[in-house]
Amino acid sequence: MATQRSERNIRKISPAQWLASVLFSTLAVPVQAEVEFSGKVDLEARIFTEDALRSNQKDSNLSILFEPQWVWTSDNQQHLVQFKPMLRLDQHDDERTHGDIREAYWIYVKDNWEVRTGLKKEFWGVTEFQHLVDVINQTDLVENISGEEKLGQPMINLSVAADSGIWDFYILPGFRERTFSDPEGRLSLPIEVSNSARFESSAKERHTDLAIRWSQNYDWLDLTASVFHGTNREPELQMVQRNNGDLQLVPYYEQMTQWGTTAQAIWLDWLFKLEAIHRKTDRNKFSALHTGFEYTMYGIADSDIDLGLIMEYGWDERGEKASSVMQNDLFGGLRFAFNDEEGTEILAGLGHDMDFSSQSFSIEASRRLNNYWKISGEVRFFESDNPKDSLYTMRKDDYLQLTLSRYF
Amino acid sequence: MALNNLPHKLAITGLSVSLLASPFALAETAEEKGRSIMEEFERRDTGWRDMQAGMQMILRNAQSQESIREIRMKSLEQENDGDKSLTIFDQPRDVKGTAFLSFSHIDRADDQWLYLPALGRVKRISSRNKSGPFMGSEFSYEDMGSFEIDKYTYKFIGEEPCGDLTCYVVENYPVEKTSGYKRRISWVDTNEYRMQKLDFYDRKNSLLKTLNFVNYQQYIGQYWRADRMEMTNHQNGKSTTLAWKGYRFQEGLNERDFNKNALKRAR
Repeated sequence: MATQRSERNIRKISPAQWLASVLFSTLAVPVQAEVEFSGKVDLEARIFTEDALRSNQKDSNLSILFEPQWVWTSDNQQHLVQFKPMLRLDQHDDERTHGDIREAYWIYVKDNWEVRTGLKKEFWGVTEFQHLVDVINQTDLVENISGEEKLGQPMINLSVAADSGIWDFYILPGFRERTFSDPEGRLSLPIEVSNSARFESSAKERHTDLAIRWSQNYDWLDLTASVFHGTNREPELQMVQRNNGDLQLVPYYEQMTQWGTTAQAIWLDWLFKLEAIHRKTDRNKFSALHTGFEYTMYGIADSDIDLGLIMEYGWDERGEKASSVMQNDLFGGLRFAFNDEEGTEILAGLGHDMDFSSQSFSIEASRRLNNYWKISGEVRFFESDNPKDSLYTMRKDDYLQLTLSRYF
Repeated sequence: MALNNLPHKLAITGLSVSLLASPFALAETAEEKGRSIMEEFERRDTGWRDMQAGMQMILRNAQSQESIREIRMKSLEQENDGDKSLTIFDQPRDVKGTAFLSFSHIDRADDQWLYLPALGRVKRISSRNKSGPFMGSEFSYEDMGSFEIDKYTYKFIGEEPCGDLTCYVVENYPVEKTSGYKRRISWVDTNEYRMQKLDFYDRKNSLLKTLNFVNYQQYIGQYWRADRMEMTNHQNGKSTTLAWKGYRFQEGLNERDFNKNALKRAR
């Protein structure tokens, strides 16, 4: 069973691999400059501090991540090719044992425009605790529940740098399904998520999505506006009873049009951030926003340490029915930047859900050991006693994580 | 971010120094003389248009243990404003591919963005306070910034020998209240107006650091750059050396090489 699952997961990347190989074979440009190799291997250990909700879940987990990267730039800087696959092997979670091609693209630069073709990651957000506006890439949820890890998205992206700002036009052929942990893994949903997703569009995962984004920076202000039309990356999980009586969650991917805007302003030692969206689907339309600030105190207590105080608030018009975790939530964070030789950093965050009175707490810290090694730690605690709250499924999954990274 | 914008000269030298200095010599106050020396220092390093270089940063702690960073830089000269620069980090390995875009300004805080390759994210960063260490070194962000005449007020102290040369000694008082320094003392040689040495005094006016410029080379027959810059911190016993290599000037870089798209493409 386990090997079958792993094979299936690795097979998932084959369209991406195919695209990458096509991309690289058509790019038979004579290689003048050297291909630069780099990458990292992560050894990750997790310890869960509470007894699991389900008896088949374990209290600890080991995992290893391989992430090599090849970059080639032509001598005249007009061509850039990057290839970055990843493979994770996980001790207990067969769904988390998976591979992906994060990046496999070619950039062609000419005057004030460039075309980026292939599998790529595009990040659109500005705030720390939630990324409402960022919709190009699918979340690789098995990697980390932070949602910061993304799957590579096939795209053709024309980017024009004009006086009026940078204009990006995207054609996004093909859709990637969100990854979900196996119920045996932690953190996971109690019910298995089906691998046969349903789609609103008859083109299913082959629907071609479109997007446009404008961004401009002024002295103290960075602005963006974007629109996306296509398959919503965020599925609705529909409960289904299978023939054998087992329950299963089937992801349903709607079509949506989403308008988004971000603003970031600097005033003295303050950074103000705003993300707002309006999303329209066949069944629903709503607005949501996430806003806040970061205030930095430099060289606290006569040291080199900078301390950032972060406050953010997330709101969703749909209220408690919102699919997002952050429908009426307040966040506070402390960011310590030690500015030392080891690049030591600590980010502590506390989230409070004002509708469900649930809480989540996290600390992320990292420190360089030397040129090649880095150690990082992560702690996440969840408090929720309302079954309607999406944090509820994680209430027993408090964990400590230690990662040792070797860079190449 | 360009300590390498420092010194320079016009193709014809020697003569211009005495011509420039003498007409003012009698009536000048120490403040005026200090400023005019630094104006000449700045004038001789204008017109380079664009510049690229690689740099190794060698950090040494009080026990002389070393760690190394590798950085590449591109700069674009701006008329009537601070320079634009793009900095790409190669080492340490965990920050490889991280890139930093800065539009420096004379009269207000710089505009700065950081590109984090792991997240594909361009992050605007606050730049008002620049007294903190750059990459954990003994150079602060302030030290790495380009020299702009109006960032300081000046006072001429005198002339004294510096190595085989003679130097003008000029005190510099930062205008910005957010500066990490009460004052700097600069030694600029009388031959070519190259910065030879800088002393930094902290806010409490005690000697904090000394920066020595070693082994100047002239590029495209005009601009002088030191091969090595050696910063010693007298208070904590640490030191940092910047070893520059591969200076290239006037290769036709333009504004398009210094926007957010270029930042995301920097490798």
